[in-house]
Amino acid sequence: MTASSPTAVPVVALVGNPNCGKTALFNSLTGSRQKVANYPGVTVEKKVGPLTTPAGRAVRIVDLPGTYSLRARSPDEEVTRDVVLGRTQNDVIPDLIVCVADASNLRLALRLVLELKQVGRPVMLSLNMMDIARRRGIEIDTDKLAEQLGLPVVTSVAVRRGGTDALLAEVDRRLVAAEGATRTVWTAPDAAALRSAQREADRILAAVVKGQGGRDSLTARADAVLLHPVAGLVILLAILFVMFQAVFAWAQPGMDAIEACFHFLGGLVERLPLPDLLKSFLKDGLIGGVGSVIVFLPQIVILFFFILLLEDLGYMARAAFLMDRIMGGAGLHGRAFIPLLSSFACAIPGIMSTRVIDDRRDRLTTILVAPLMTCSARIPVYTLIIGAFIPDREVWGFVGLQGLVMFGLYTVGIASALAVSFVVKRLIWRGQPGEPFMLELPDYKLPQPKSLAIGLWTRATIFLKRAGTTILSMMILIWALASFPQPPEGATEPAINYSLAARIGTAIQPLTEPLGFNWQINVALIPGMAAREVAVGSLGTIYAISGGEEATDKIAQALSSQWSLATALAFLAWYVFAPQCASTLAVIRRETGGWRWLWVTFFYMLALAYVAAFLTYRIAVAFGGG
Amino acid sequence: MSSQSTIALGKARVGFRGRIQAIVAGRVAAGMPAPELERRLIELGFVEGADVEVLHEGLFGRDPIAVRVAHTTIGLRRREAMAVLVEAGS
Repeated sequence: MTASSPTAVPVVALVGNPNCGKTALFNSLTGSRQKVANYPGVTVEKKVGPLTTPAGRAVRIVDLPGTYSLRARSPDEEVTRDVVLGRTQNDVIPDLIVCVADASNLRLALRLVLELKQVGRPVMLSLNMMDIARRRGIEIDTDKLAEQLGLPVVTSVAVRRGGTDALLAEVDRRLVAAEGATRTVWTAPDAAALRSAQREADRILAAVVKGQGGRDSLTARADAVLLHPVAGLVILLAILFVMFQAVFAWAQPGMDAIEACFHFLGGLVERLPLPDLLKSFLKDGLIGGVGSVIVFLPQIVILFFFILLLEDLGYMARAAFLMDRIMGGAGLHGRAFIPLLSSFACAIPGIMSTRVIDDRRDRLTTILVAPLMTCSARIPVYTLIIGAFIPDREVWGFVGLQGLVMFGLYTVGIASALAVSFVVKRLIWRGQPGEPFMLELPDYKLPQPKSLAIGLWTRATIFLKRAGTTILSMMILIWALASFPQPPEGATEPAINYSLAARIGTAIQPLTEPLGFNWQINVALIPGMAAREVAVGSLGTIYAISGGEEATDKIAQALSSQWSLATALAFLAWYVFAPQCASTLAVIRRETGGWRWLWVTFFYMLALAYVAAFLTYRIAVAFGGG
Repeated sequence: MSSQSTIALGKARVGFRGRIQAIVAGRVAAGMPAPELERRLIELGFVEGADVEVLHEGLFGRDPIAVRVAHTTIGLRRREAMAVLVEAGS
């Protein structure tokens, strides 16, 4: 679809600085009809929505990533530049560019408008959040601004009914005038050009705006506390604590309900008059496999609720500001903080939320180390092994030994993530300059429930779509490995012991021998690839314990009689590092746009796991734990 | 350019108010080539003549800093802020 074909639906692109309320405007214009996809080849989200103008014209609205300049610096900004310049192939080429500006913060936006004007495409300016600007006593002479810029200027209030009428009416007028827009020539401005453009913007600003310059008093008062060197960090930690509590506590009823649903479905299948193999496929492969991923949906929704809320409030930039120095010590960007935090619930939303990091290298480092954070799927495994092998007694008089080991496993996860990112920064991207930390700290704004709801809905559907496609196919593969070939007639051992998984488990025995693993552990690791906690149920199956996961106590007893302490500790060490999650690997492939980083993650984590388990086993044996 | 009251923004403390005298990216060991740093600073509004005020600083090494530049608040590291020369006085 191009601008040159007269029958095509015209495309209107929204361009603007970050935090100018562009997405709220887009949401208000298109509502729930918007489609979110990735731009081909890059992982930048493309949001497109249909709209019918007052004159009855069908239009497609494209929400482009926020930018300060067409001189792109991140994949996000490259998309904006390429779409604006009509450089994209087989994709949207805008018939009209609407530059969206925060009316209460016009200075940088005016420079962007001047740059967009140079492109030679039809451009108009929409002064958004006019209500906030008026409340703060900022007066803008829009007629004079239009005259000075030589562009049409309208005002909009995205969050109010009728707040976009003027914008839509102008879009109608411009589209009539704008037919036949052509490809354009544009060269990146140098410092002198940028300087003179900003001077021109400042001159226009002085001529048409009255009352600008003072800080928003609410933001100033809030930042006095929230950006205080000490109090700010304490409050940030408190917010994180609440987030964590919410993710683990509030999600529980939802997770229980989802588990019950899948359990019920599995039970239904069990009673169907079908061949056993088909039943097993439906119950264990399909329902069990998808269920083990979808069960994390409540955690993901709650997590993203907090992330979107803090982002809309304007707090996220502050969190990055407060954490920058601390993260920077390990070679991570301040913005890597939230994705890594999310990974404590599940690495999947964590990796998805690395999109907030502009720089590709910083983003890749974050994606690489995110799976090292102790996700909630490791908890059942840790609990099982700790319960079976670590005596329930107190050390130093007041600390439970079991809790201490659990805490230690979390700490090892965090420490290794920091260490890996440090090494990656020094070794892999050595000599390449680190991205500077420079970002706008926007005024605080009240989040709009509608925008929040649309954002949450989008995240949930992206996650579910993935569970239904990439993740599902991985699950089916793992089920097949654990089910074929079928046990012979009159087999006495559990079916999995005759499967390909068992053969692989026995075949890799020489490799895992030095770690103290027996073949039963090797076999359990294979279905554990579906989701880490599945290994608990698998161990139960292999040791022929009926009752599955409910029989955790029985499994613990079996393990403590069959494994040595050294083996158990090595198994824990393995689980801290091992790339034991097919879904995470699938998401890494999706988010990095290729197989390469999937394999990098897989092999470095495997290597770490092997070394850690080996050392743990040898040291434990040396201390008499064998 | 180097009159007595001119300092690098990267050395300014919280409460400092002044006006930008020059952007000299070449004198900074920042994580990017000097012309690129200069352009990025300008894109965030750091141009000669703009009023600046240092609003906040981080806990460790008083880094990064939050700077009011004309009508916008920007967070940046002191290392990059060394490229911005400012003259005290509001």
